[in-house]
Amino acid sequence: MSGLTGAFHALLKRDLVLAFRHRGELANPLLFFLMIVTLYPLGVSPEVELLRRIAPGVIWIAALLAALFSLENLFRTDFEDGALEQMLLSAHPLAVLVLAKVLAHWLVSGLPMLFLAPLLALLLAMPERAIVALVLTLGLGTPLLSLIGAIGVALTVGLRRGGVLLTLLVMPLYIPVLIFATNAVTAAAAGMPVSGQIYFLAALLVLALTLAPAAIAAALRISVS
Amino acid sequence: MQIQGANGSGKTSLLRILCGLSYPSDGEVHWRGRDIQTQRAHYFSEMAYLGHCLGIKSELSALENLRVNLALADVGFEEVEIENALARVGLAGREEIPARALSAGQKQRIAWARLLACPTTLWILDEPFTALDVSGVALVRSLLEQHLERGGMAVLTSHQPIELRGDLVRVTLS
Repeated sequence: MSGLTGAFHALLKRDLVLAFRHRGELANPLLFFLMIVTLYPLGVSPEVELLRRIAPGVIWIAALLAALFSLENLFRTDFEDGALEQMLLSAHPLAVLVLAKVLAHWLVSGLPMLFLAPLLALLLAMPERAIVALVLTLGLGTPLLSLIGAIGVALTVGLRRGGVLLTLLVMPLYIPVLIFATNAVTAAAAGMPVSGQIYFLAALLVLALTLAPAAIAAALRISVS
Repeated sequence: MQIQGANGSGKTSLLRILCGLSYPSDGEVHWRGRDIQTQRAHYFSEMAYLGHCLGIKSELSALENLRVNLALADVGFEEVEIENALARVGLAGREEIPARALSAGQKQRIAWARLLACPTTLWILDEPFTALDVSGVALVRSLLEQHLERGGMAVLTSHQPIELRGDLVRVTLS
């Protein structure tokens, strides 16, 4: 394999290998996700009716915070050891290379949440038809969180303590995703059609996939210079 | 060309501008008659930069590091070329060891293997002699000489006096 596909593949493979050699960091956001959701019945009330009502919001807020929590490391180590500089000096288009990094990040932080979410939904007594909608919204929403978050990380990677700024930058952009996703799951639980919200999330994902890589690339060039 | 100057005189900043990582506040950097910012892909395929941060992942072995580096550099490569490059810099037999178990000088040698495995015309080297032992310095010097004899160019900073066969332009920043 050579050329751009080879570079994309090499970068994706490298980030996945690095993630699996740091299994502790890999499990961290997932444990965080698991803990927030499981603590709700203990902290609020174990009453089934109440849990069923708040379940979409609880799971989605936990997913959103876990995504935010896992973002910090997306470019940090690359920035510190100079791998980011070498990526910027690659002959390949930077926007495609950052897409490989975001994809690797989503595969290790977003995708496992998709598998965990149905179990947590059962724990919170969510009806079956809502679980399907939940997985569907997470499938469209978590890559969106990774893409939007990566822009924020790229802008703040040069700062020593960029954590607070990252949250401030990214959170407002996460709100629409949260609103559409939880609305879809709540509607599905009530037996109403959810195609409108799902289409909207899909449209947002396509928009982010088109525009975010260029924005991330530009932000990285500014941060490193 | 050797860039000289006291600490803080702007050697590293100059090199970062030359390689296109930083932007000059005034003026342009040209490569083959055109501004490098308008022909990034072309310029980057002919230039290799070795900075203070080597760009080596400490969890990966020398071999794994170089595979990624060469894929990014857009040169077709064979596995055997990487092994040859590692052998030339004296890392034969250490290809599979994670870089974190190697010394600073050996990491520097991995970075040199990168320069060898992807042949580029222009080398921009920031303090290429730091962390290297006596044999390492001799190795780097001979690699530089070979590169220049092949018609390559090199811009480097160094606090040590460098003696190379052929002409060496010295620029002192103040």
